[in-house]
Amino acid sequence: METEMETTPINPKNLSDAPLAAKDFKTDVNIDWCPGCGDFGITTSVQQALAELRLAPWRVAIFSGVGCSSKAPHFIKTYGIHTLHGRVVPFALGAKMANPEIEVVAVGGDGDGYGIGAGHFMHAGRRNIDLAYIVFNNEVYGLTKGQASPTLGRGQKPKSLPLPNVNEGVNPLALALSAGYTFIARSYAFAGAHLKETIKRAILHRGMALVDVLQPCPTYNDLHNKEWFAQMVEIHGQPKPRCFDIEKEGYDGRVKDPANEEEIAEKKKQAFEMAHYRGEQVPLGVFYQIELPTYYDRIAENAPILNQYTPTTLPTEDESGRPTTDLSKPLGNLLV
Amino acid sequence: MKKQVNDLSWMIGGPQGTGVDSSATLFARACVVGGLWIFGKREYHSNIMGEHSYFQIRVSGEPVRSHLDPVHLLATFEDSTARIHAHEVVPGGALIYDPTVTHPENLNLSKEALLVPLDYAEILRQVAAETGESFSKLVIMKNTISVAASMALLEFDESNIEKALSGIFTGRKAKLVPTNMTVARKAYSFIKKEFIDKFPYQLESIAHVPKRLVMTGNTAVALGKLKAGCRFQTYYPITPASDESVYLEGFPEYGMMVMQCEDEIASVEQAISASIMGVRASTSTSGPGFSLMAEGIGWAGMNEVPVVIVNYQRGGPATGLPTRHEQGDLFFALHFAHGEFPRLVIAPGDHEEYFYDAFESFNYADRYQTPVVVLADKGIANNTQSILPFDESKLKIDRGKIASKEDMNRYAVDGMYKRFAFSDSGISSRTIPGMRGGIFWMSGDEHDELGHIDESSANRVKMHDKRMRKLELVRREIPEKEQVRLFGDPKADVTIVSWGSPKGPILDALPKLKKEGINVNFLQVHLLWPFPVEPVTRILKKAKTIIDIEMNYSGQFASLLRRETGIEVHHKVLKWNGRPMSETEVFNAVREIAAKHSEKVVLTAGM
Repeated sequence: METEMETTPINPKNLSDAPLAAKDFKTDVNIDWCPGCGDFGITTSVQQALAELRLAPWRVAIFSGVGCSSKAPHFIKTYGIHTLHGRVVPFALGAKMANPEIEVVAVGGDGDGYGIGAGHFMHAGRRNIDLAYIVFNNEVYGLTKGQASPTLGRGQKPKSLPLPNVNEGVNPLALALSAGYTFIARSYAFAGAHLKETIKRAILHRGMALVDVLQPCPTYNDLHNKEWFAQMVEIHGQPKPRCFDIEKEGYDGRVKDPANEEEIAEKKKQAFEMAHYRGEQVPLGVFYQIELPTYYDRIAENAPILNQYTPTTLPTEDESGRPTTDLSKPLGNLLV
Repeated sequence: MKKQVNDLSWMIGGPQGTGVDSSATLFARACVVGGLWIFGKREYHSNIMGEHSYFQIRVSGEPVRSHLDPVHLLATFEDSTARIHAHEVVPGGALIYDPTVTHPENLNLSKEALLVPLDYAEILRQVAAETGESFSKLVIMKNTISVAASMALLEFDESNIEKALSGIFTGRKAKLVPTNMTVARKAYSFIKKEFIDKFPYQLESIAHVPKRLVMTGNTAVALGKLKAGCRFQTYYPITPASDESVYLEGFPEYGMMVMQCEDEIASVEQAISASIMGVRASTSTSGPGFSLMAEGIGWAGMNEVPVVIVNYQRGGPATGLPTRHEQGDLFFALHFAHGEFPRLVIAPGDHEEYFYDAFESFNYADRYQTPVVVLADKGIANNTQSILPFDESKLKIDRGKIASKEDMNRYAVDGMYKRFAFSDSGISSRTIPGMRGGIFWMSGDEHDELGHIDESSANRVKMHDKRMRKLELVRREIPEKEQVRLFGDPKADVTIVSWGSPKGPILDALPKLKKEGINVNFLQVHLLWPFPVEPVTRILKKAKTIIDIEMNYSGQFASLLRRETGIEVHHKVLKWNGRPMSETEVFNAVREIAAKHSEKVVLTAGM
């Protein structure tokens, strides 16, 4: 069921000459997550996705914020930049704009991305930078002992909280839709194949991609644990799995013609409704996708030299270090 | 009447949005076209339209770097400027005013000032009749009338205005030159000989003066960055910094990625990560934005990322005086962000240094792989000066230690690279994402040579030492003339010590003080961190009297000097009313200290 937009070719410079396996993306750094943490599942899926896409490790830069999940880059053998709490998006954006030829992936937690980093999250959508952003969403701040994160619903009380949560939970998918993300998906940390494929699609998508990954926190979140996600639930008297793949049930979130405003409105409405799905089941899949000019495309339209060079390759000095920038035009305007 | 030639201070003002800036630009360019030198001080409110703003231009036959307090000619085309500034006009000076709106008897104006009424409406009516243009369309040319009438009173050659207009209105706008000139000629004809004969100031063209640049500090920084190969500039709109970024956006042919971000947190972080990717990157801001950048810059210090931050100081704290001048951020620049990391802080003091320092700051950032803060200020950022063209011939770009083949053999293992390899100098060679065999990690956590988190006490001490050691290298390597600059007689008894924008008025005041028999020299501290302890101590030990001059309440530099060298300054000249120092103020303050040994002189000039 592949369409054109999902097979945007990878820059040949970034392809490994030899086939790769997930183990080629593993480091020997001691992984200090709690046993059973969803972070393991997501990190493994990232490694598998990179291997299956045959991305040369040195052509990939993974950025993260701060929190349990933000340690992930240390366990993945690519350039890894572990930044500040809530700031993964600006760091990743800056890198991608400086050198759009590198595959840039951003990872971080729900507190990091939807809490302290929420402002950046919104503006990333407006810009549509070609970036895959994977959010590890477990509804708690694990590294500080389980306080409520922005995605925990009101009235919920995981065992780490002395009292029920008084804030409403934020809906990251609906937020991303309003902000202008051009690829919006949800998966689950232990939905192996689904998660891996979704990450691959997010990386291949040309534009700002969000993959919100639900995950258990076995230490602090006893409400939505591994068992809860694996449960069967009863729908109209029929047993159904808790997590279901919407695309297997006929949902198609992809806009075929980005110039067709009616189609866009229809697909956005559908995605918004699916993002607010009520009931016992949890929908997974790509909720919305559209191909639109990226921020780099838009800048290069005004500055065509950026089609020929990237900011990192623009020639600015000769071999002896003498600057080659000719200022005669701006200086000419100032010379009296 | 014997006239004072080519040495005066002219002022124009009006509600914001009525063309005050364009009048001043025209006046300044006409002077420079005529071979004269100018310094222009711009004062404005945090407001788009309606509040009072003014521009004061000092004109001289010699280079000038500061403004004067007295106003010799005040040009007005509405009443508020006359009311606000009349008292600044010196006896013997003149006021050009519109008699239909301004009544001189109501002004606090010297009795010995010359009153020059100018019927703006009549001039416009006559031009409308002669050219067939509609009167209402011509009204916006009131400021051209003010400038031309001023030039007529000063007996300055009319052709200078025409040449200046041709420089301002180019391309499609060139058709505006003839209409403006018709208005200007008419204004000339309205200034009668009896006024000229009574006015003791005159401007006279000087021939064969080489062309000069007329620019603001913001523009000088922008050009320095471009020349340095900076191709990534981020910003969030803030006065008085955004002019620099907006100017850069106007030259897309250089391919500089200019990104307007959602806040200053993102601005500095995008610049930092762009720099990791190998492009020279920078951000420019002012106090409130600089405060927001603290955490990000600390991360760059921890991860040894070269990045240049230009902080245009303005009046603080909080929103403070958003469009006014102050040097209140010195301590903050030295200490912002938690923990310890090496940083360089440099303070350019004039328009030339704004260009050269913007250029050189990237070399420092790359060579020492750490954040460099350029501590600029509103005074120079928004003020205009005529300067000789930059000497670009000696400029060199030094990208610092990028991994060589030998480095790869030494520091790369299994595709990974010891980006933070321990070294005697504290500098390690860096790879750039995309380089094969160069994989590294970075972390805000303390890390090992590969960049992985390592909280062990032994690693902490070694890695922290490695980073902090870079400051010793800075002190050793940066030439003394880039750390401190001594102007005037090295044997003078009195030494003024200062940093940043007071440089202009100090240098302008020195020869005048000498004429008064006060022999003073001036030590400009250009590198503020790491503090140049040795040269500063050596120079100041020779002074019998030290005077600290700076634009803040507490004398931050004097405190820093004492902390770093033990030298105590007993005389301070301070100003924090938001308006830059004038030559007049510096001259009077130093004279007062020489005569009365005052410990503290507080300056308050400027509206």
